[in-house]
Amino acid sequence: MSLHPDLTRLIFGRLTWHEFLPEPIVVGTFIVVALGGLVLMGVITYYKLWGYLWHEWFTSIDHKKIGIMYIILGLVMLLRGFADAVMMRAQQAIAFGHTQGYLPPDHYDQIFTAHGVIMIFFVAMPLVTGMMNFVMPLQIGARDVAFPFLNNFSFWMTVSGAVLVMMSLFIGEFARTGWLAYPPLSGIAASPDAGVDYYIWALQIAGVGTLLSGVNLLTTIIKMRAPGMTLMRMPVFTWTALCTNVLIVAAFPVLTAALAMLALDRYAGTNFFTTVLGGNMMMYVNLIWIWGHPEVYILILPAFGIFSEVTATFSRKRLFGYASMVYATVVITVLSYLVWLHHFFTMGSGASVNSFFGITTMIISIPTGAKIFNWLFTMYRGSITFEVPMLWTVGFIVTFAIGGMTGVLLAVPPADFSLHNSLFLIAHFHNVIIGGVLFGLFAGLNYWFPKAFGFKLDPFWGKCSFWFWLVGFYFAFMPLYALGLMGVTRRLSHFDDPSLQIWFEIAAFGAFLILLGILCMLIQFAVSFIRREQLRDVTGDPWNGRTLEWSTSSPPPKYNFAFTPLVHEGDAWWQMKQHHYQRPLGGFIPIHMPKNTGAGIILGGISTVFGFAMIWYMWPLAIISFVALLATAIGHTFNYHRDYYLSAEEVAKVEASRTELLAHV
Amino acid sequence: MSETTMTMSGASEPLKFHLEGEHHVENGTLLGFWLYLMSDCLIFACLFAAYGVLGRDYAGGPSAAQVLELPVVALNTTLLLFSSITYGFAVLEMQQNRRGPMMAWLVVTGLLGAGFIALELTEFSHLIAIGAGPQRSAFLTSFFTLVGTHGLHVTCGLIWLVVLMVQVSKKGLIPANKRRLMCLSMFWHFLDVVWVGVFSFVYLMGVLP
Repeated sequence: MSLHPDLTRLIFGRLTWHEFLPEPIVVGTFIVVALGGLVLMGVITYYKLWGYLWHEWFTSIDHKKIGIMYIILGLVMLLRGFADAVMMRAQQAIAFGHTQGYLPPDHYDQIFTAHGVIMIFFVAMPLVTGMMNFVMPLQIGARDVAFPFLNNFSFWMTVSGAVLVMMSLFIGEFARTGWLAYPPLSGIAASPDAGVDYYIWALQIAGVGTLLSGVNLLTTIIKMRAPGMTLMRMPVFTWTALCTNVLIVAAFPVLTAALAMLALDRYAGTNFFTTVLGGNMMMYVNLIWIWGHPEVYILILPAFGIFSEVTATFSRKRLFGYASMVYATVVITVLSYLVWLHHFFTMGSGASVNSFFGITTMIISIPTGAKIFNWLFTMYRGSITFEVPMLWTVGFIVTFAIGGMTGVLLAVPPADFSLHNSLFLIAHFHNVIIGGVLFGLFAGLNYWFPKAFGFKLDPFWGKCSFWFWLVGFYFAFMPLYALGLMGVTRRLSHFDDPSLQIWFEIAAFGAFLILLGILCMLIQFAVSFIRREQLRDVTGDPWNGRTLEWSTSSPPPKYNFAFTPLVHEGDAWWQMKQHHYQRPLGGFIPIHMPKNTGAGIILGGISTVFGFAMIWYMWPLAIISFVALLATAIGHTFNYHRDYYLSAEEVAKVEASRTELLAHV
Repeated sequence: MSETTMTMSGASEPLKFHLEGEHHVENGTLLGFWLYLMSDCLIFACLFAAYGVLGRDYAGGPSAAQVLELPVVALNTTLLLFSSITYGFAVLEMQQNRRGPMMAWLVVTGLLGAGFIALELTEFSHLIAIGAGPQRSAFLTSFFTLVGTHGLHVTCGLIWLVVLMVQVSKKGLIPANKRRLMCLSMFWHFLDVVWVGVFSFVYLMGVLP
């Protein structure tokens, strides 16, 4: 039985059987992923967990659960992104002279592209958003975010983007352009296959989620703070969340616009970035970095916030220089828009333009340096305990200082001309993203985990993970600094000069240590779950914390706080403890709560289909799914019953069970 | 905030650390929607910037002065500006809770918006017919994308308008619907402001020598 070729083409677009599982390595990966997936599905079915997952998680509009789902997504994608990293390190360690390595250049190019895209968009972003989602409403004494449904929808749009990137592994190929897909390489002439289209649609769909989540969290911070919590009484993490979300709302539309123009060039034959008929490819590079540089600060600011909370808590001291910390954050937010051109000094905009951007780049290190000193002064004469979050923080301060200094070096245009696109640059940005963003997120993960689940993470495996990561990082990236200074450029899958090989071998060893660090973290999760009774915390305040999230139970009840807290100074919970605050045991009132809805996951699912159809030119399916998307969204607006009241008796019951637990402490 | 000041007064009294009653949080919809509009505004900013960069790159094709026809655009602009005024009348009626007149003004607004879209489509099809389509040159690419994105927004606004009219006729002028009407109002006026930019920057300046 065979369909008419024209009809096949209409329905399936350019998708043919040749696109499935093109290479042996990919086939192997597919088998592992498919088996793993089947086992997971089997377990869920066997324990009849589908209903639970659907009702309690997938359709949940509870900011805490959505935050946890974001973090799970980020950790899962970290494994994928790291697998790419290991493949690159292995290839570069062996591909010298006559040895071509095990990866063909065509595949290698997809791997470094996927690695960058996944690590930024589907690891760092979900982890940051998840952290903000979980922690920030608790820190400001709110019951949920401003738009609970939108929050769920944003999450599923992010998942949809991640699914599309993962699909590209098995169906067709991913972009071979580098993580920012510069034209003309990403144009239809140089990249006619589906790779760049996967890239475009995955990022556009996930971008909708990111943008709406930014609007949502921003509105939450502005409108929903507990009475008495003025802006200058907000915890520093909430401040950084505020600034990060300002950046998201003000930067992501630029990415959307730039990718839309690229998509038009590819799909409609327009001439934004083409080399003929008046197009200007440098406009793409400018636009993408006008988004891209603020994006760097979108990631690092919340990490700075986490370090601030952790340092104050584990030094048993009020944070040093709160006001300067806030101003430094705001100054970084503003300056992050004035530095984008330092990513391409070599464009040749002339000495005055390059000097301007070089100087603004150097200036941005001043508020950052102020923050480092604030953390050091907070630790000075504090009674420090080196719990796992604090270890990550100290590791960060040392590592990030080095990354910051190489950043200032790169900001000098003449130096940049010889270091541009070299491995020195690669070492620099991994230095700040691993040593800054990732260390911060791991500190936050260890710090807030007991709040989310009611038991601490096992410290032994946490410390193992920390040391492997830290040492592994230095082994993996210090050689790249050296290689970069020698002039080795990035994105090469093969080298001729055998004297370079030892450096790449050291780097590969570093990647192996980081692998051990990741494994230790996975073991840490498993061991902590098994030992959860020993690690249990019933107080809700395991670290003797200072901010409001520690005033409620762990895990917090659906409604977060039975009564909205009243805030009188910065470290609100600390002050409550100083005043021997007694939590109320009666007089509960009904609480207004949002209802769960499946609309978010359905819309996310349809978006995936729509994206897939667009990638493969399946026009009928694209039209159908687009109409379905519109209809579902409009249909959802006809649902006016989006909230309910949790009865006072229900609240009393939950609070009574906590009272009972606390009595046994 | 009044609760806070109460607890802060009277230094001898112990500080209160929680509200006894319900915490009435201000609704954030209008602020949230305004924030969304600002982000949308940035998309237009990028498209304006692209037009600024590419708007004179004719690549041997027609220039703005050769293909843009001001009389059509003047009519078009009039339709859109008037539709903003009529939406304003609809909001005034909404605040008086007069559903019938409000719906009438919404219908007028929708018709004016549809007229705008129809004229724009005519203009586009004429341009494509004379060989000045979006693929012809970077100028035409950026022109079609900027004007077309605005038109797409107006189309979305029209669909939204129809949906809201159905919802108002089903549920009446309940607070949720009023809030939605206010959001659409902001959206509609925002598109008007963007169009003023398009009209001045693209059409008026384009036909200058």
